[in-house]
Amino acid sequence: MTTRTTVSAPPRTTPHGTRSRRRTLGLVAILGALLVAVLLSLALGTNPLSPGAVWTGLRAHDDSEASVLVWTLRIPRTVVGLAAGAAFGVAGALVQALTRNPLADPGILGVNAGAGFAVTLGVGLFGVTSAQGYVWFAFVGAALATLLVYAIGASSGGSISPITLVLAGVALAAVLDGVGTFLQLIDPETFTRLRRWGVGSINDTALTDTWQVLPFLAGGLVLALVLARALNDVALGDDLARSLGTNVARTRVLGIVAVTLLAGGGTALTGGIGFVGLMVPHLVRWFTGPDQRWVIAYSALAAAVLVLLADVLGRVVARPGEIEVGIVTALVGAPVLIMLVRRSRASGL
Amino acid sequence: MSEGAAGGAIDFGRTTRTVRSRRFSARVPVRIVAVSGGLVALAVVLGVVALGVGEYPVSPTEVVRAVTGGGEAFVRTVVLEWRLPIVLAAIVLGAALGIGGAIFQSLTRNPLGSPDVIGFDAGSYTAVVVAILALGARDYWTLAGAAALGGIATAVVVYLLSFRDGVQGFRLIIVGIGVSAMLGSVNSYLVTRADVGDAMAVGFWGAGSLSRVTWESMLPALAAFAGICVVSALLAPSLQRLELGDDLAVTHGTRVGAARLALIVVGVAATALVTAAAGPLGFVALVAPQLARRLTHSPGVSLLSAAAMGAALLMSAQLLTLVVAELYRTIPVGLITVCLGGTYLIWLLVRESRRHERTS
Repeated sequence: MTTRTTVSAPPRTTPHGTRSRRRTLGLVAILGALLVAVLLSLALGTNPLSPGAVWTGLRAHDDSEASVLVWTLRIPRTVVGLAAGAAFGVAGALVQALTRNPLADPGILGVNAGAGFAVTLGVGLFGVTSAQGYVWFAFVGAALATLLVYAIGASSGGSISPITLVLAGVALAAVLDGVGTFLQLIDPETFTRLRRWGVGSINDTALTDTWQVLPFLAGGLVLALVLARALNDVALGDDLARSLGTNVARTRVLGIVAVTLLAGGGTALTGGIGFVGLMVPHLVRWFTGPDQRWVIAYSALAAAVLVLLADVLGRVVARPGEIEVGIVTALVGAPVLIMLVRRSRASGL
Repeated sequence: MSEGAAGGAIDFGRTTRTVRSRRFSARVPVRIVAVSGGLVALAVVLGVVALGVGEYPVSPTEVVRAVTGGGEAFVRTVVLEWRLPIVLAAIVLGAALGIGGAIFQSLTRNPLGSPDVIGFDAGSYTAVVVAILALGARDYWTLAGAAALGGIATAVVVYLLSFRDGVQGFRLIIVGIGVSAMLGSVNSYLVTRADVGDAMAVGFWGAGSLSRVTWESMLPALAAFAGICVVSALLAPSLQRLELGDDLAVTHGTRVGAARLALIVVGVAATALVTAAAGPLGFVALVAPQLARRLTHSPGVSLLSAAAMGAALLMSAQLLTLVVAELYRTIPVGLITVCLGGTYLIWLLVRESRRHERTS
């Protein structure tokens, strides 16, 4: 079912296959960009390597400087970047589809804040130290925050205005951040451990921790792709979706589960990277049109590219130091948000 | 223009009484004045209680005696020198937040268009972070100046970015959120580069607290507050007319552009005053005008009742921090306002979306 809905679906609505050609070209372009981004991520940093040196280092896997650099530093963060990027991108596409809100993003809606708050609790009260331990707290926090924001949206029967939902998320994030900051301030040890965590970095997670989280992200991704067709129907409105035979309630619940897995897992790995889930679906729709099957598949790839490139940019700009990827995406993404609302008509879905 | 006497068969909206003297005539909205008076009284009573709470407890009667100039010398020092500035700050800064919130909610015609949502707090925070980390400043006046400057600069930027054939409330709010997010990421970048001591100093400032307030820092704030009160009282009629819409306001003789600019300046000044004195105290500006509106059953936001409600709210929050400090540990008052105010905002949104469903 998964493969059928993701890859081979023929375009139902477009004439003469122009959109299908555009989609295919776009897919080639994104895969090429992904390759370039991975190479850049392996090569660039405080100590840049030539592509040849990267290749020898990869092949050798020994004690040589290039090999150690590639295997212990660059590969782990590249893997985290790919996984977390895809997770936040798809989570953003899902949230936008579920809430039919062009301004939705796991960061803006407070889902990342929920996960972050739960992790602060875990570190401050239960002495958790590894990403493996973070992940469960992050899931619970993300799930509760998603449910809460979603309940606010659902209580209006799906007719909630984009701004109300955004504000609910902002209020939630403010409360959670306030309490989280307090917990950090009364305990300098928690403060030291977490003050870098919430910024959104893909550099601090060990590969072993990443493998632990990866199954959850994969599960969320598969679930999102399976749901894509039903989401297309939901986009037409609840009544029409029901008459097309889609179980709206089940789609919503499973959608929330997928968002929780993706945003919670991504936050556990990185501390939360904002605005990726906002920007990527908008960029991607330009190629794909409104079909969620394509939007979700494209978003996964494009968001991974974006996160890797943002991370590389953060490494290059502030040499010999680094700027965390979450800061780069916020600096790039907030103007995108402002641009979206400055357009005469907020982008519809 | 004094058609609205109390009573009668026709409902003229607000119940008003007309006060006349030889050179002066005004309509006084009865309910707003009564509710505001009640709130101010509540704030004062809570203030008297708060003057007695602390490591050295003082009974309310002793507090009253000390304030009126009697009592033991030591009790007078505790009450008048240490605690009175803080209580006064809670009342005055709360009122300033109420005024700032009422002005912006009125101008944006949106209950959510308050200064903290629009991003002034984030701007103040960034300026203070820069002052502490880059300039090494720790003294009160530098931080206060930085906070005011940062808030005002952010206000200007947000306003300009959301300007497009006029400023819509919706756009102003989202642009504010975007700008806050950018500033927030700059803040975290700076904080993560700082040493832990500096970073925690920033964190404590950012939590928002009244406990740093002394007479020395309070007197200028009081003077500024008096100025804000006078100017906002003068501008209040224009604010009410602007709520009718620009066209109607023009026909009522308001110079729309000038009035709006003046109101924005006052609103920013009121908010900056608070941030400078105490750090960001989230959500009071958002909640106070709305609660006041519900209590007074008035259709729009009124400056007087919003100010009174702000004073009562911040005083209650401050008293709550004192009680928590007795029972558990010292917590910044900003934490309480953020938690209660944020929860109230979420509740407000849920309720309004429910109502929306029922009517649609």
